[in-house]
Amino acid sequence: MGMLAKAAAIGAFAALSLGQAASADEDARLIINGEEEMIVRAAPPAWSPLPELLSGWLFRTVETQRLQMDDFENPGFTSVDSAWETWSLPEGSAGKSCADCHGDAASMKGVRAVMPKVNAENGELWTLEMYINNCRTERMGAESWGWNSGSMVDMTALISLQSRGMPVNVAIDGAAAPFWEAGKELYYTRTGQLELSCANCHEDNYGNMIRADHLSQGQINGFPVYRLKNAKLNSIHARFKGCVRDTRAETYKEGSPEFTALELYVASRGNGLSVEAPSVRN
Amino acid sequence: MKPLKLALVPVFALALANAGWAGDVAAGDVVYDDGAVAVSLSGMAGDPAAGKKVMTTRGLGNCIACHTVSSLSEFAFHGEIGPTLDGAGSRWTEAQLRGIVSDAKKTFDGSMMPSFYKKSGYIRPGNAYTGKAASEDELSTLLTAQQIEDVVAYLQTLKD
Ligand code: HEC
Ligand code: HEC
Repeated sequence: MGMLAKAAAIGAFAALSLGQAASADEDARLIINGEEEMIVRAAPPAWSPLPELLSGWLFRTVETQRLQMDDFENPGFTSVDSAWETWSLPEGSAGKSCADCHGDAASMKGVRAVMPKVNAENGELWTLEMYINNCRTERMGAESWGWNSGSMVDMTALISLQSRGMPVNVAIDGAAAPFWEAGKELYYTRTGQLELSCANCHEDNYGNMIRADHLSQGQINGFPVYRLKNAKLNSIHARFKGCVRDTRAETYKEGSPEFTALELYVASRGNGLSVEAPSVRN
Repeated sequence: MKPLKLALVPVFALALANAGWAGDVAAGDVVYDDGAVAVSLSGMAGDPAAGKKVMTTRGLGNCIACHTVSSLSEFAFHGEIGPTLDGAGSRWTEAQLRGIVSDAKKTFDGSMMPSFYKKSGYIRPGNAYTGKAASEDELSTLLTAQQIEDVVAYLQTLKD
């Protein structure tokens, strides 16, 4: 997948309308490159309060939806291309690249679908970013990447892309159970001076407009997400931070135990939807 | 506060928002009777034109983020979270409207509607929209006493 040529084609599309005027077709199917169909509607797990799981893609305008239907139009692929180069770039005191240990990036197939997961070595809940940084510091002798740095978010896009189309399938039982419970608690806590929880917007009101925004279920199967609004790929925790900030609350930090637990809980609410990364939203 | 808001609100009103008039009923002293509040929070009458501005301005009441109001159709994007406010002035008394706008949870248990005249009892309150912590004693109410009165005055014009 040598995609450098694509970058030039992308600029024009990123400028497309952010407006909500054209509302999306409820029966729309997400077929990428005319061949890969994503599961954008799924039956919920037994414990789920949702009657049906719906990808955030369904809530976007037709124009925004289209950008994700062709990798040449998807502006997130510039980042995938740059991560592709980083993948085989030796760095750090060990003089190694990701490719030296893992071979082709295709070896990462399946990884995104089960993240975050409990690290068997230390019993902690780890996200994809944490596994990446662990390789950098422990195996490559390189510096860790900032959570929202371009290098990190681009690499999560490349790795997630290898699982595209696979159903999200995070574990919530066994060692993961206490983290899942903690995440659930956060999901229903009404924070900030506006006293709003994730559930107020994404469980009770998905499908409704809140001012100019069409509320989705706040699913994370599409992350990292290219947002037309800030014209870059966005991490899961950056999105959480924005939503919490908008309740006029003190946010948690990227990589905090709170956001990591919340990530597990929110991911599990999408168990069954396809990994869609890198997806496109407004 | 966001720059947009600074541009819209006169400096004078900003100072008010933080301090409040000495004549205002303090947020903690408001008396709710079955959710309703009988007396003006500022001791003065409300101005419906000012209320209209509060209701449609992001960063102030932004009521249309959640409610549709036909008479405010000149402002783009009305939300669908709460019921339409058309006819609210016929459905509710002035005291009930004041109670709903000040702290809707006293009328509708567990309501998603923010409490616009309250200063305490929050979980992880932030310093406006910065994402940074705010200590509860520096918090101001989301709307001032007079802004609540202005909104109530506008709502009373919404008759069936
Ligand atoms: C006041 C309303 C509100 C609250 C509260 C809120 N969000 Fe959101 N959220 C939005 C809006 C608006 C969007 C953009 C439209 C959409 O995708 O729903 C959004 C988008 C998202 C997205 C991106 C979905 C996608 O497909 O790209 C995620 C993930 C998300 N929210 C998670 C959360 C979580 C987790 C919480 C609680 C910590 C939360 N939100 C709280 C309003 C809210
Ligand atoms: C985040 C959402 C939200 C915002 C913002 C909001 N409201 Fe509400 N409001 C609601 C909901 C939801 C209800 C329905 C009561 C319930 O069941 O909780 C409601 C109910 C009401 C009612 C009673 C409606 C009726 O006739 O039954 C009035 C009046 C009202 N709101 C006025 C306002 C005003 C004025 C503002 C702004 C200063 C405002 N609201 C801002 C969500 C909101």
